[in-house]
Amino acid sequence: MLNVNICGIEFKNPLIAASGTFGFGREYKELFDISRLGGISSKGLTLNKKEGNNGLRIYETSSGILNSVGLQNPGVDGFIKDELPFMKSLDTVVIANLGGGTIEEYIKGIEKLNDTDVDMVELNISCPNVKSGGMAFGIKCADAFDIVSKVRDICKKPLMVKLSPNAEDIVKMAITCVEAGADVLSLVNTFKAMAIDIKRRKPVFDNITAGLSGPSIKPIALRMVYEVAGAVDVPVVGVGGIISSQDALEFIMAGAAAVQVGSGNFIKPDICIDIIDGIEKFMIGENIKSLGEIRGII
Amino acid sequence: MISYHKYSVCENEIVSKGIYKLSVKGSFEGKPGQFYMLRAWGTEPILSRPISIHDKIKDKISFLYEVKGRGTVQFSSLDTGDEIELLGPLGNGFDLSGLKGKVALVAGGIGVAPMFYTAKELKGVSLDLYAGFRDDTYIIEDFRKYVDSIKFSTDTGKSGHKGFITDIFDPSVYSSVLCCGPEIMMKKVVEMCNAGDVPVYISMEKHMACGIGACLVCACKTREGNKRACKDGPVFNGKDVLFDA
Repeated sequence: MLNVNICGIEFKNPLIAASGTFGFGREYKELFDISRLGGISSKGLTLNKKEGNNGLRIYETSSGILNSVGLQNPGVDGFIKDELPFMKSLDTVVIANLGGGTIEEYIKGIEKLNDTDVDMVELNISCPNVKSGGMAFGIKCADAFDIVSKVRDICKKPLMVKLSPNAEDIVKMAITCVEAGADVLSLVNTFKAMAIDIKRRKPVFDNITAGLSGPSIKPIALRMVYEVAGAVDVPVVGVGGIISSQDALEFIMAGAAAVQVGSGNFIKPDICIDIIDGIEKFMIGENIKSLGEIRGII
Repeated sequence: MISYHKYSVCENEIVSKGIYKLSVKGSFEGKPGQFYMLRAWGTEPILSRPISIHDKIKDKISFLYEVKGRGTVQFSSLDTGDEIELLGPLGNGFDLSGLKGKVALVAGGIGVAPMFYTAKELKGVSLDLYAGFRDDTYIIEDFRKYVDSIKFSTDTGKSGHKGFITDIFDPSVYSSVLCCGPEIMMKKVVEMCNAGDVPVYISMEKHMACGIGACLVCACKTREGNKRACKDGPVFNGKDVLFDA
């Protein structure tokens, strides 16, 4: 009833743990049965190991959080050697989230992932917390077309492109990425935002700006998913402040094939299970046999 | 599997201005220096608060906390019988097994919180407490039956030594030092201990989100690269840490 097929990959349900909040799943496995998830998107990878940003990395706002982790990760080789075998031991779809500073880094990262049994690649052109690359590729359509088409040329895996809400025009950006060869779109990544420590008279983050996520961005993310889903003919994965089955169902009705949960994992580590169960309960209560009956119904 | 469980608050008392002791009924695991993630609300604030174990007895665990922001303000309004959710114990805690001879506990402000349970559990050593505060002192008399001596300071000179606790701390007479407090104070203590080649273990306080090692927001710089304060720490060998302060 809850299964979803995206680009030929069968997800047992539409709940995917979002990149950056779930590590590689290892820690959450100690808390609940993570094989119940539809999929897991890995911590954002870069070609080489990255130590991430200095200074404060998290700050709470009204119904949201700002993060400035800066893609700390073990690098693609470290992921393949130390994390992927664990992820593949789970009964869930494994998505490798790949970021980078230059097109060459993305290309080399894809070449390495091509030779693995990763199920799907999520191309991160939307991280606001790295100084070079990252979100820079996700703002202007021409830059996004360049990188997505070059990656598409060599990528042997289904390619999901994660869009930035900071794009100049989210719909044009989505269409551009599809024209460049994206098989799936996920949206949205965090919003570029900031906070100030008024006692120190300084921004709280060393990088001044950081990425905003959580329930405060949900209505905007939902609107973007609705607009994009109506404009492209590839599956769309909704992300942004989803913390309940009501939220997830809104995204699905707005046109999302699946959803990702990020900040919500901090509220309750097994919140995805609550959402899966809540969607199922709603469907039974409303006599809905498959998610296709309500997807994009708005 | 560990997970958040709901418990009942049995006590939430003010021990000093802005400092509360919250006790929760139940059977709990945990060693000195470990912490729990606490939340006493639904979805807002999003993040739970990491609080170290202050004391643990057969059917009760206690947390000493300072009211600093939205979360701790909400904790301070809890009454007996109110519901609170706990996840833990988390982190590595102090390794007390190898400690011998003369040991010093050095605490700054709310860093005194995990030292009480540490003092209670640390057996077979000669133990001294050094505690520094801004203005008012708190809970140091509770240590009396577990330590050989107590030395304390206040920034304002209200009681004890006027100035920093590091002014009156000499690591050279100790075989080990355990420390918790503001980073700038721990940096000083580590420098003093390193100069005398005295082993020092410090409990790092960092903002956390998941509390279990997945999100990497609590990175602590060490000589071996970033470590996670929640999972690899919060207790680190002082020689390994590269301080921001």
